[in-house]
Amino acid sequence: MEKESIVLCDREQFRVLEEPFYQQQSNEVTLYEAAYAARLPVMVKGPTGCGKSRFVEFMAWRLGRPLITVACNEDMTASDLVGRYLLEANGTRWLDGPLTTAARIGAICYLDEVVEARQDTVVVIHSLTDHRRTLPIDKKGELLRVHPDFQLVISYNPGYQSLMKDLKQSTKQRFIAFDFDYPDMALERAVLQGESGVDETLAEQLVSLGVAVRRLKGHGLDEGVSTRLLVYAATLIKGGVAPRDACRMALVRPITDDRDIRDTLDHAIDAIFA
Amino acid sequence: MGAETAQGAPWSEQVRVWRTQLDSRFPQVDKVFEACLLDASAHLSAEGVSAYLEQARWLGKMGRGAEPVLAFLEEWPSIAGIVGESALPDIAATLRALWKSPNAKAITPFLQNLAAVARRLPAREALQHYLDLTRELMERSSNSIHGIHKTFASVALPEFFAQGPTLLKNLSIDGLRGWVDYGLRNYPSHPERQRAYFSLQSADSRAVMQRERHGTLLVDNERRLQLYLRGLWQDDALLLPYAAGFAPTEKRQPHYDAQGIHLPDVFDDAAGVAGIDRYRVMLAHIAAHRRWSRPMIADNFSPMQRLAIETFEDSRVDTLILRIYPGLRRYFLALHPVPREDACDQQQVSGFRHRLAMLSRALLDDHHPYRDELLIEFVRFFREIMAAGDSSSDEIAALALRYVARGRRQSDQLATVFFTDTEIDYRDDNRHLWLFHELSDEEEMFSQPRPTVATELDRLPPRHYPEWDYQTQSYRPDWVSLYESLHPSGDGADIDRLLAKHALLARRLKRMLDLLRPQERERIRYREDGSELDLDIAVRSLIDFKSGATPDQRINMSHRHNGRNLAVTLLLDLSQSLAEKVAVGGGEQSILELSQEAVSLLAWSVDQLGDPFAIAGFHSDSRHEVRYLHLKGFGESWGEAVKGRLAAMQAAYSTRMGAAIRHAALSLRARKAEKKLLLILTDGQPSDVDVTDERLLIEDAHKAVEENERQGLFTYCISLDRDADAYVGDIFGTRYTVIDNIERLPERLPALFMALTR
Ligand SMILES: Nc1ncnc2c1ncn2[C@@H]1O[C@H](COP(=O)(O)OP(=O)(O)OP(=O)(O)O)[C@@H](O)[C@H]1O
Ligand SMILES: [Mg+2]
Repeated sequence: MEKESIVLCDREQFRVLEEPFYQQQSNEVTLYEAAYAARLPVMVKGPTGCGKSRFVEFMAWRLGRPLITVACNEDMTASDLVGRYLLEANGTRWLDGPLTTAARIGAICYLDEVVEARQDTVVVIHSLTDHRRTLPIDKKGELLRVHPDFQLVISYNPGYQSLMKDLKQSTKQRFIAFDFDYPDMALERAVLQGESGVDETLAEQLVSLGVAVRRLKGHGLDEGVSTRLLVYAATLIKGGVAPRDACRMALVRPITDDRDIRDTLDHAIDAIFA
Repeated sequence: MGAETAQGAPWSEQVRVWRTQLDSRFPQVDKVFEACLLDASAHLSAEGVSAYLEQARWLGKMGRGAEPVLAFLEEWPSIAGIVGESALPDIAATLRALWKSPNAKAITPFLQNLAAVARRLPAREALQHYLDLTRELMERSSNSIHGIHKTFASVALPEFFAQGPTLLKNLSIDGLRGWVDYGLRNYPSHPERQRAYFSLQSADSRAVMQRERHGTLLVDNERRLQLYLRGLWQDDALLLPYAAGFAPTEKRQPHYDAQGIHLPDVFDDAAGVAGIDRYRVMLAHIAAHRRWSRPMIADNFSPMQRLAIETFEDSRVDTLILRIYPGLRRYFLALHPVPREDACDQQQVSGFRHRLAMLSRALLDDHHPYRDELLIEFVRFFREIMAAGDSSSDEIAALALRYVARGRRQSDQLATVFFTDTEIDYRDDNRHLWLFHELSDEEEMFSQPRPTVATELDRLPPRHYPEWDYQTQSYRPDWVSLYESLHPSGDGADIDRLLAKHALLARRLKRMLDLLRPQERERIRYREDGSELDLDIAVRSLIDFKSGATPDQRINMSHRHNGRNLAVTLLLDLSQSLAEKVAVGGGEQSILELSQEAVSLLAWSVDQLGDPFAIAGFHSDSRHEVRYLHLKGFGESWGEAVKGRLAAMQAAYSTRMGAAIRHAALSLRARKAEKKLLLILTDGQPSDVDVTDERLLIEDAHKAVEENERQGLFTYCISLDRDADAYVGDIFGTRYTVIDNIERLPERLPALFMALTR
């Protein structure tokens, strides 16, 4: 009985209370709903800062599910996901990891940037993501049957140009995938306006700068500029920073040290913001 | 003449006194003497005039005829006007030095060009440098011919004086020194070569001048401008320099054609606009034409009409540019002339160009100074049209024709055209706007001589591969025949030579490689479970625990065998296009040779890392003949045999990429490595002689890449084709890099490999 209440309070804690602003790009919301209805594991692919995390957050809100997000990194071990025993004065106590918690309470578990995690860590999700829908907790000797509402979502940036950091086929092929990209100009403008409250003209100028930057991808830029950075620039401008300074600071300096590219982009800023 | 001198003596009297002072009996002098003195008394003080005559007298007495005196009399007043009369003693010293040497003949050209030189070097200090340089050139070029001392006159000197103004138009005084120095060092005792060099006739002389030029050079900024064009204009046209400074007679203007965009090779800053920005503004204008202008039939219009259409069209595209990039307006305004409304006497000369230039200014500049009613009316028409949208070449041409009809003047037909302030710095010559009917554009079609098929008699039977037909969405089974063989061998020493060239780069790579090299056993700390207790951490945890804090439970460590478990195949496109040459540094190099350098460096790098590595090349001559040539097997180490094969690499035939990818994948797949990387180095899109549908081989190559993906091979493309964006993503998805700057391939290829496998 006591355990039940913990689960309940956990669930509340992970609920997305307010509607996140999300600008739909096409029919991804409907598709996601269908995927969720079938409880299929989902992979959202796309370059950095294009709205993957925001989309998942929005879907969790819309479906009324709690959302547990884990930012993956190289040092993460399976225990960090599943759980571990804690030492206490009078013995040990088991603590569920985020993945286990999500599986128990029926949350959406979002593993952000899953390629960052080491492959041997990632395999713990395998039994969760096929017909078994179970999670073996070896240390505790428990085989957890997951909550019917549980869903696993991973995000993944295929732009990482390293074959050392790629998902195994056996992992990849457990997910259905959503391919994200930077939104088209009109949509991205709407995102900027929605996120930062800048006016249409400014949003348009920022977006056309973004487009110019993205055209240089592969010619000295590994990635184009993210929507996130465009939002930052818009926010800075809204906060009173001069557009030129805001753009240099938020859009050019972070993405490149290549002098020719910097110089070209600085010129683009001057050309766009008369 | 009623003019009086400072002393109060009547002018004619004074001239007589001066004439006596000159003490020269050359009759030629009489003709110009009075005019020269008039000039001199305007520019010089009384003492200055005396010194002037004294110097002229000396020149007359030196026994070299009338020419030196005449040149000095005529030139000095205006030189003094530029550098000041106090420069005379220094110049006199130079004259004396020339006279004492066997080079007295050079005095006349020296004097004749001095005014033009001084105009380029108005600072006394700079002029002094020029005089010093003259002395140096004189000494170094006239003494050692055939070992006979100072007998022969310098052939370089008179040429040098004659070219002085041209040289200084392009070079700073330091640049000039560099240029002179090069000539003297390379042709110390060869009069004919010297003459060719110092008269700017020889190729190296021009090349060195080019190198020493001031201003913003296109070659130095090509990448930046290419990025500009791509980023802001989504345009990948090639940028081609033409010599801007050399021959002012054959005036060339920027333009574009099928080859690319032709720009001057150098730009100085102008009107407060930096050279690089002048290039950008020019590119903006040209890119705008390429985006918005459509050609018209030239034969339908008179030359005047064409000129007007061009002006209106230029203004239209500029207007469209400013809508997207309003920040360029200040450059336009700075670079566009503001012709004075009353500058041109419409009775005497044709003022049509002048009126158009004013109109053009007014279309750009709301605060233009013009009053002319017709101009103002047409500015209004233009604005109205543009307010409705982008307009079009045709619509704006119609407006231009109305303008010509309304504004015609009798004098427009006059032969002399008023040119001042009518040339607009950043605009191209608009040749793209006109189609000529009567000119048949039949071009002679030279088909590339195809290399003869070297048929290896006893080769292995072919392997057959399918090809993907995207039209029917199905494979054509056993469609392609692929012949596999060992690449012929050449001299491995060639490769060592290429590598030696990059010794510096190799050293830098080595440092990066050391970081990548697998450490045999790597310790991983902070593990909850591991193979050993990590004592440090365990003790710390215990202390935490005893003192009531939460202990860190990750007290173990484990070891990981950090082997780079990786196999790599490098697949080289050896098609004909590889033989093309690109500019590298000062000279030229074929892409093939650059690839050889790059591949050698890469092979050397991978060898250091110990990853199993194979190299193969391919080309094709129809689907019946795809050749796959082994350059290095997985088992071979980087040594003479491999170098020998690399040295013999040749470019020929076409690029049927899909089959080659499939074949490379076959052996790579058989490797027992955790990660498998197929690197493809190519300079163009897949194509073959028996395929006309461009998409077909692109789609097939894409299919082959997909097959790899499914089988756990990571395929990555390095493209040397600057236009690759159009298709390379369709084949390789996001896994590609375009190297625009092929010159840097040797450096980029190994770096890319390391980044990919880090
Ligand atoms: N469609 C969208 N609707 C609303 N906001 C968006 C949208 N797309 C992007 N954004 C904005 O961009 C920012 C970055 O998006 P998000 O954090 O979702 O990126 P991401 O794709 O998860 O990036 P990463 O891979 O780096 O984690 C958001 O905070 C939001 O401001
Ligand atoms: Mg994210």
